[in-house]
Amino acid sequence: MNRIDEKFKIMKDRGEKAFIPYVCGGDPSLEYTEKIIYALEEAGCHIIEVGIPFSDPLADGPVIQAASLRSINGGFKLDKFFDTVKNIRKKSNVALVAMVYYSTIFGYGKEKFINNCLDSGLDGIIVPDLPYEEYDEISALIENTDLYCIPLIAITSGKRMPTLVKNSKGFIYCVSSLGVTGERKTFDKRIFSFINRVKEETETPVCVGFGISSKDDVKLFEKDADGVIIGSAIVRRIFESDGDLDKLKSFIKEIK
Amino acid sequence: MSLNKDFGEYGGQFVPETLMNTLKTLEREYLEYCSTDEFKNDFIEYMRQYVGRPSVLYYADRLTKMSGGAKIYLKREDLNHTGAHKINNAIGQALLAKHMGKTKVIAETGAGQHGVATATVAALFDMECEVYMGVEDIERQKLNVFRMELLGAKVIPVSSGTGTLKDATNEAIRTWAARAEDTFYIIGSAVGPHPYPTMVRDFQRIIGDETRKQIMDTEGRLPDKIFACVGGGSNSIGMFYPFINDKNVELIGVEAAGRGIETGEHASAFAEGRTGILHGMKTYILQDEDGLIKTAYSISAGLDYPGVGPEHSYLKDSGRVIYTSVTDDESIEAFKTLCRYEGIMPAIESSHALAAALKEAPKMRNDEIIVVNLSGRGDKDVHTVAKYLGKKF
Repeated sequence: MNRIDEKFKIMKDRGEKAFIPYVCGGDPSLEYTEKIIYALEEAGCHIIEVGIPFSDPLADGPVIQAASLRSINGGFKLDKFFDTVKNIRKKSNVALVAMVYYSTIFGYGKEKFINNCLDSGLDGIIVPDLPYEEYDEISALIENTDLYCIPLIAITSGKRMPTLVKNSKGFIYCVSSLGVTGERKTFDKRIFSFINRVKEETETPVCVGFGISSKDDVKLFEKDADGVIIGSAIVRRIFESDGDLDKLKSFIKEIK
Repeated sequence: MSLNKDFGEYGGQFVPETLMNTLKTLEREYLEYCSTDEFKNDFIEYMRQYVGRPSVLYYADRLTKMSGGAKIYLKREDLNHTGAHKINNAIGQALLAKHMGKTKVIAETGAGQHGVATATVAALFDMECEVYMGVEDIERQKLNVFRMELLGAKVIPVSSGTGTLKDATNEAIRTWAARAEDTFYIIGSAVGPHPYPTMVRDFQRIIGDETRKQIMDTEGRLPDKIFACVGGGSNSIGMFYPFINDKNVELIGVEAAGRGIETGEHASAFAEGRTGILHGMKTYILQDEDGLIKTAYSISAGLDYPGVGPEHSYLKDSGRVIYTSVTDDESIEAFKTLCRYEGIMPAIESSHALAAALKEAPKMRNDEIIVVNLSGRGDKDVHTVAKYLGKKF
């Protein structure tokens, strides 16, 4: 069983919603990323999204752009990233989902990339610049494997939504608002009815991300969605906490 | 009805889901509106009355005699309003934006030429205008920043990444994803996700269409070789496209070799033979083994781009267009030559095309014909050339 399914089953049995933190891989080093992942798991996170830094991250706001740049300048390499995932797998059964631009997958070589995901023990990938229309770039490589490609949907998906969530696996990444990742003060009002329309369309869990940064935001979305994804708010705290993982853990406990 | 989103294996729509419906709407509106007589008449009218088209096809007699071979004609896009070919596309897209009821336009710019063209059409059509520009480029092109401001546009500095054109393009796409409901993104080159490369080509093909008619009128036959510079590739695709089926016309695209391809400091997307994804398209690109985009370099800000329009990638693989490159040194030499022999000061971008043509012309017979697309004027580059030549003011 894919670990994402396994974790959602555990959470469902306990009546919990998913709290999915995002960390930028290699910010500031892969050794540190590994430690963060253990800390997040200890803080009660079952699924963790790990960003693979890209030079031109179209879907990301300033916080994750800056983290990506720190990681790249710190010498991030995909080969080392996959080694890190292998190391984590020796000690942890947390579900790991990579957020990776298709530019990276294609530039590295898509066969090699997908094989390394499977070998190292990643459970899913989220590819923000690979919309449904381009999915045939990798579909043949992923079908019949245990790696899930998590679909992204947005309120602007409109009539496309049923097609996008059909045959989905793991969970659905529902983008809370238009634009890029990053903390926000307000959300588009249309999102709540949209989440419910998605849930009518599919059995796959629906998680909401982009702009979620506080306990209030988490509560706001947990009413309708099966989970939330928190990126920039965590990346910012990791940067500010300067290596103090206890600070990160208490932030997670505070808003979870 | 829809257009093909790919040029062979290149092109496509590698963008976030939040933009997909926007792109589909754009494609539909483009197909429906831009094929009407209403649009075509409006477009041609603006080209005549506002841009000053048709731009002349000028026979460069002294340059021809100096190089001692083929007859050299220059397609004078530098004589257009705002000084370059960019205005053709900006007018086309602004008319479409107006038709779609958008009240705001955004654009990316490197050297500032496309930013100026967009600010110009925004003033003309009474639209709000924001131009995204890298902080490095703002520093290098202060005059163009002020020009845009005089025209009523707001210049938004982009400090992410390398602070150059590719980062300004990322930021424009990000902004568009958030504000597409009332905002139209006017892309300046034949790049980006479908339908932009096709749309920009169609608005720029007026260059090639005019050239074809003009050379038939004066010479009674088509040219043997046509040269145009390639950054993203809008002036070149506009020049080449109407000649694609004329197999006897050799088409040569000229990229920027910067300090020399072997130094790694260049802007030739074809030089390293790698394809990848950037700005929503699959195309030839400068990137490392992890797919990270490398920084391009050229003395010419307009050619300083790590990718190339996807149709050029297709035309390279098919062999229909030959791509070559010219260094900073060679382009400045051509710049000086044209100033001295014809009294025409070309943009450094266009000087690349000219440099490649001047290498070929002496090897050809004097009844053969070369056309060089002089895509823009060089006034904007005087500072850069002065610095290159070690001249201080």
